Amino acid sequence: MAIKDYLRERFFPHLWCPGCGHGMVLNGLLRAIDKLGMSKNEIVMVSGIGCSSRITGYVDFHTLHTIHGRALAFATGVKMARPELNLIVPMGDGDALAIGGNHFIHAARRNIDITAIVMNNRIYGMTGGQFSPLSGENIRATTAPYLTIDPSFDVVELAKAAGATFVARTTTYHIQQVSDIIGKAILHEGFSVVEVLSQCPTYFGRKNKEGDAVDMVQHFKKNTTSIGSKAKQENPDLIERGIFVQTELPEYCSEYEKMVQRAMKGQ
Amino acid sequence: MSENVKFVQGNEACAEAALYAGLDFYAGYPITPSSEITEYLAYHLPQIGGKFLQMEDEIASLCAIIGASLTGRKVMTATSGPGFSLMQEALGYAIMAEIPCVIVDVQRGGPSTGLPTHGSQADVNQARWGTHGDHAIIALTASNHQDVFSITVEAFNLAETYRTPVILLLDELVAHMRERLVIPEPGKIPLVDRLKTSVKEGVDYHPYLPREDGRLPMSDFGGVHRFNVTGLFHDMWGFPSSEPSIVHGLLRHLVDKLENRAHQLACYKEYYTEDAEQLLLSYGSSARSALHTVENRRKRGERLGLLELQTLWPFPEDIVREKCAGMKSVIVVEQNMGQVLQAVKLAVDEPAKVFLANRIDGVFITPADILNILRLIQGKGV
Amino acid sequence: MAKPKLKKHHINRDWCKGCGICVELCPKKVLELDDQDKVSALRLQDCICCRLCEFRCPDFAIEIETKE
Repeated sequence: MAIKDYLRERFFPHLWCPGCGHGMVLNGLLRAIDKLGMSKNEIVMVSGIGCSSRITGYVDFHTLHTIHGRALAFATGVKMARPELNLIVPMGDGDALAIGGNHFIHAARRNIDITAIVMNNRIYGMTGGQFSPLSGENIRATTAPYLTIDPSFDVVELAKAAGATFVARTTTYHIQQVSDIIGKAILHEGFSVVEVLSQCPTYFGRKNKEGDAVDMVQHFKKNTTSIGSKAKQENPDLIERGIFVQTELPEYCSEYEKMVQRAMKGQ
Repeated sequence: MSENVKFVQGNEACAEAALYAGLDFYAGYPITPSSEITEYLAYHLPQIGGKFLQMEDEIASLCAIIGASLTGRKVMTATSGPGFSLMQEALGYAIMAEIPCVIVDVQRGGPSTGLPTHGSQADVNQARWGTHGDHAIIALTASNHQDVFSITVEAFNLAETYRTPVILLLDELVAHMRERLVIPEPGKIPLVDRLKTSVKEGVDYHPYLPREDGRLPMSDFGGVHRFNVTGLFHDMWGFPSSEPSIVHGLLRHLVDKLENRAHQLACYKEYYTEDAEQLLLSYGSSARSALHTVENRRKRGERLGLLELQTLWPFPEDIVREKCAGMKSVIVVEQNMGQVLQAVKLAVDEPAKVFLANRIDGVFITPADILNILRLIQGKGV
Repeated sequence: MAKPKLKKHHINRDWCKGCGICVELCPKKVLELDDQDKVSALRLQDCICCRLCEFRCPDFAIEIETKE
């Protein structure tokens, strides 16, 4: 299928700013789905609120655009009700880990078969450039005129600790890796987390003198490296990319079915 | 076949009724005094292949059942005041996206943590106005276990008929009291299943285009029609729109589909109203004491009647106006500071004749409490 | 498998927002922004059909058609 067959073309050009990384994540995501040969009817995409969450409006799947931070809770309901459907939940960094942090760790703990994609641009874009729990320290934002003092979450470490059975990170520069990893995450049976470092040239880039969209994307090339690379040993500040966790553990919907069997036998 | 008689708590009556109505997906979070509903369904739902989820909080519970409802399941969650407060945003979402679901609020004393193990009826206005923005809502209540059963089934029927959340306002006293319950034979209470679209695959389907009767045929998520669901104002396909005519049209539809049917949606019971000169108006557990008072005073020849409301929202204005007309006085009996009282005063022709008999101290209002007020109003002193 | 040969760059000018990501990250510098800040393919002979422009475009505005 052509990539455009997955799009609701009448809503294009989309609302994202020129050079926004979210369009690149969508591009990579659709190529992954295309490669897997999935039918549009078997995919449910659920999102919350924010720039990233407008993604559901643009794709021709069953789409559920919900409330801020709660996408994973809605997705849990859909998945439990119809376990044969594939649930993909793209979220922004604030959506996933500030207001939605509780649902994030509990979805990971249950190991329910949902693919969570954290489109991490380290800023609240929709509301005009406030810092997020992934901005990190010394960042300029509209709510941090004197630079942030808030440390950031490490999405990978958080997801690992919470029990996600597939955890990966990549960037919009590494677009083929985006497709490759999201494809594997969708196939993975259990809760999968893919963090994609994404650029917000409008609010993060301008405020923090990171240049334009091109500079920001190239920044991801310079500041990241493959997991366990020699470069990482030489420069510990580099952010690692790749698949950190990929393990098979009991998946929630399957475990529920086993419980139903026990209940029906009266045990 | 012999009657299926049980001796149960109100919470269990509610859970039994939900199963009778076809509930097959429940998500909840423990909170007093509603936890028995969650526990009961944790036991019974898996036995019939239904889904039970204990979520991380009340917000997630409501969100999860909304998601499940979209796939075609009959869904419910239960909570109490603090949890109901947390649910308000998702409740607005279910109203906006027109997703059938039943939310039980077993009321306890508030605000805040308040009185977790004591009764109250102080969430009536929260049920009406808790979520932001203009909207309409259905809220039902009942005073005894047999009525809790039938009104719970009605809650599911209305949710599925009108594609809307329905709030079931129980209170701690009814929820925790044990009483006889006769479970009706299957089919004795008619059940409503949601209207499914007859639009074939490949033909343009409009999930948000109401029929002439205001109902909107649905298509299950995972089925042949792919569409968008959003809490933003949206067009007939479910896609976001801020076009003034679409915004206006949708808001009118959401409000009118319920408010214009207030008369049809009204469930109520009357006792001794035919020749009554004075009327008690009550609901939920308070109506038990009100009924006791009426029966006692009748024995003494006083022409006292009772109107027991089961539908609180949309407020059955016409019925209340009609039943209160010509009464020497109307006494609203409730366990809050006058939440239904205000609605009654707005509805009747002579609001100066409407009085309040209430308790707000966590103690169940007794017939003696009501009698005291009655005697004051009658000018007989306490 | 033979290397794919370029047939055409399909550019959707209505969707292109002129961010320049495809231009700057093209390994062979085939693309440029025109005076209206829309991408255009200039040095077609240099294109190696790696499709990185197509994959990276945030706006789905560029598509490479190839022939075997």
